[in-house]
Amino acid sequence: MDLSIRKVCKRFDGFNALDDVSLDIGSGELIALLGPSGSGKTTLLRLIAGLDLPSGGQIFFAGEDASRRSVQERNIGFVFQSYALFRHMTVLENVGFGLSVRRGPARVPAAEIRRRSLELLDLVQLSGLEKRYPHQLSGGQRQRVALARALAIEPSVLLLDEPFGALDAKVRRELRSWLRDLHDRTGHTTVFVTHDQEEALELADRVVVMSQGRIEQVGTPDEIYDRPVSPFVFSFIGESSSLPVRVEDGQVWFEDRPIGIPAGEVANGAATLYFRPHDVELLHGCGGCLAGTVVSSRRVAGARRIDLSMGAGDVIAEIEVPADHPSLAKGRIAFRPTRWRIFPARADAAPTTGSASSGAALPRLALTGS
Amino acid sequence: MVLDIPADRNVAPRSAVTESPLTRMVLIALALGFLLLFLVLPLLAVFVQAFAKGVDAYFAALALPDSLAAIKLTLLVAAIAVPCNLVFGVAAAWAIAKFEFKGKAFLITLVDLPFSVSPVISGLVYVLLFGSGSLLGPWLTSHGIQILFAVPGIVLATIFVTFPFIARELIPLMQDQGTADEEAALSLGATGWQTFWRVTLPNIRWGLLYGVLLCNARAMGEFGAVSVVSGHIRGLTNTMPLHVEILYNEYNFTGAFAVASLLALLALVTLIMKTLLELRYSRAGSLSTPH
Amino acid sequence: MTTAIATAGWRFRKPSVLPGFGLTLGFSIAYLSLIVLIPLAGVVWRSAELGWAQFWSIATDQRTLNALRMSFGGALVAAMVNVVFGTLVAWVLVRYRFPGKRIFDAMVDLPFALPTAVAGIALTSLYAPNGWIGSLLAPLGIKIAYTPLGVVMAMIFIGLPFVVRTVQPVMEEIDREVEEAAATLGARRLQTVRRVLLPGLAPAILTGFALAFARAVGEYGSVIFIAGNIPYVSEIAPLLIVIRLEEYNYAAATAVATVMLAISFLMLLVINLIQAWSRRRFGYGA
Repeated sequence: MDLSIRKVCKRFDGFNALDDVSLDIGSGELIALLGPSGSGKTTLLRLIAGLDLPSGGQIFFAGEDASRRSVQERNIGFVFQSYALFRHMTVLENVGFGLSVRRGPARVPAAEIRRRSLELLDLVQLSGLEKRYPHQLSGGQRQRVALARALAIEPSVLLLDEPFGALDAKVRRELRSWLRDLHDRTGHTTVFVTHDQEEALELADRVVVMSQGRIEQVGTPDEIYDRPVSPFVFSFIGESSSLPVRVEDGQVWFEDRPIGIPAGEVANGAATLYFRPHDVELLHGCGGCLAGTVVSSRRVAGARRIDLSMGAGDVIAEIEVPADHPSLAKGRIAFRPTRWRIFPARADAAPTTGSASSGAALPRLALTGS
Repeated sequence: MVLDIPADRNVAPRSAVTESPLTRMVLIALALGFLLLFLVLPLLAVFVQAFAKGVDAYFAALALPDSLAAIKLTLLVAAIAVPCNLVFGVAAAWAIAKFEFKGKAFLITLVDLPFSVSPVISGLVYVLLFGSGSLLGPWLTSHGIQILFAVPGIVLATIFVTFPFIARELIPLMQDQGTADEEAALSLGATGWQTFWRVTLPNIRWGLLYGVLLCNARAMGEFGAVSVVSGHIRGLTNTMPLHVEILYNEYNFTGAFAVASLLALLALVTLIMKTLLELRYSRAGSLSTPH
Repeated sequence: MTTAIATAGWRFRKPSVLPGFGLTLGFSIAYLSLIVLIPLAGVVWRSAELGWAQFWSIATDQRTLNALRMSFGGALVAAMVNVVFGTLVAWVLVRYRFPGKRIFDAMVDLPFALPTAVAGIALTSLYAPNGWIGSLLAPLGIKIAYTPLGVVMAMIFIGLPFVVRTVQPVMEEIDREVEEAAATLGARRLQTVRRVLLPGLAPAILTGFALAFARAVGEYGSVIFIAGNIPYVSEIAPLLIVIRLEEYNYAAATAVATVMLAISFLMLLVINLIQAWSRRRFGYGA
């Protein structure tokens, strides 16, 4: 089922948790709501579920206004961060709960509840644990019980709040690919909240980046990583360095010199140059490039990260160089970003994208930058 | 920019985890009605009855020699019983909370024991121990030592019923606080006593005060246990609660309720201090359930 | 002074750098023994002196049986009333906001703080036929004071805080998300309360019930004024002990006390079993 969120706002005691948020989610999509804490991502999830009510705006389920439907009527599967399992019920009773509360014509016979619950436990690979109580399970198992319980009511949308937040790193990675698998098999429209960009980029069809109650960017993982539309997205996703620059007549200037980067559409005036530490080429000598003094360096996997003190000010830029690069000894390194973004000082103006190999297809970049 | 809430949005489904305003009102009314009927009304009745014959009659009843003697005895008993249990409470809490040893859970159960014994039985145990039919009885009589139907018996019975209060308050508190502070103090060269006075005691002072408060309220108000061992000798072995009973049974309602009002006042002061302590305490941890 | 114990075959206590273990534990156990254990053991010893036949004839005497029935029966009814209203009061105090909430919350402890004799005469003056409430009920033919009903009223009064103060902290810790989960799964509010919240509170409610019951069984001061103390009808077991003592019938007093102690300790055991069972099965106690 598709979802449509129109101009939704949510205020808590004079604080805008969500401000004019609109978003369309297609049927069967796997969507990540990504943002730092306080960005409004969980609030948005709870509004979709009907656990909170919007201060303004509407939410449509399959074209129908669902804003005024109660939680019970929305038929959503919600997996809570704490899992919120019923601790006095066995695993089987937990999974069957949603079916067992149905009354009237929707009533489900006990045998059928049992059959479907067992089927779901099989789907989440927990067969044989149905008689256990939640406290007898590991974190990852609880997570899957919570998921099975949410799936049992055949929800029209599956909502997950920080689904892997409480798990250790190894279990996280296992469950992540397993969830992707499960989604591909069951095809539920799924929205999950996370503050972990790696999780969002790896798992989701589309990522919604949120900040301060607003949506910053919606796009596929490639679009989000390769073509961030705002300084926030650029610095929030992946690693980034930024430098205060100036645009003059189509050229980008850092302090007293042009640095050999075309400004594209960006108008004259102050701007900020963003680039990834590993998207740089090292140069010998400097005529129209960036250069800085090495402040510190550290070994990161197969490469070396270097903090450079740039220009006359206290600006520090981080770049990545091969581990055995000789220029380290010289104390001064010249470089030029191979891919970059320039955002004018006024954040709402259109940015310009650059790539040294412009026209060539952008390779999918390794997220770790190594 | 924030959209205004359309007026009809107010009738949208209510939050998922609360009741309708009507249900809420009914439940609040039921609960408060119950509390009013069972708690507030009796308390009110005490003061209304005490002043039923006017303020002069009230103070006249309190100024009777027997009433004054009862007040004095009650204060005396509390002044002995509370410090005894205070020392025990701190010692027991230190041993139980700061050390791990076998049989600890059993010891805690034993400390709680007086809570599950009827007050009358708490008095009875001393009657059986020191009474004329007991082993100790004849020996005590021949040496002219009077325990039963005298102040020592009343004090003992009071200590028995108020026995767990302070220990019960301190044990969970000190368990929560652990031993890191004390270990730090010792490693800095403090002696055991210095550690206790300058590190442990400041940490537990609110809990200690709270325990003393509850212990004192019960010590001054104990009726059943004291009634069994006191012998009800007017002016000599009547505590305030016993004096209330005697005046009541003599149909001296003004006198009975006047003395009772003092005890009720004590209860109110205890409750107010408890609430204030909780406000202050809630930053450091919560208070356990009093019994 | 604890080294000898600590180096024994099984370790009596874990080693610790803190001083004073021997002193405080020794003092605590000595004090506990002198004040509580030895006197209590005296009751059992005196009771054993009676001989089984005499003990049995006193314990099964009709007046004893009726008094025990009044104490235990009244306590059972009172504890059940307290479970219902105590849980309701705890719910209202935890979940809702209303003016005077803090005062009502503090008032719940009144039965802990108010001397029982004061509570006794206050309740009697309220429920006596000429009292504020008694006079309202008298025309309807309902008598509370000086009847078994009065005994139950006093027992409700003294038992209430046990239920509220046991249930309240557990209720405060209920994870809101659990209720929300039930709602997203389609449960109506009443279903959530009945199937999710109450079962979760059950261990606490049971413990509160047992505590209120145990307290009411042994209660003396607040009951004897309102009870009327009619032998065979509204006479409670603790009062019977007092009456036997005043008759210098120590044997009978001891026998009744032994029965009461036995049942009280059984209750204590039941409370501990409930908690242990709950912790084992659900991973939480009360």
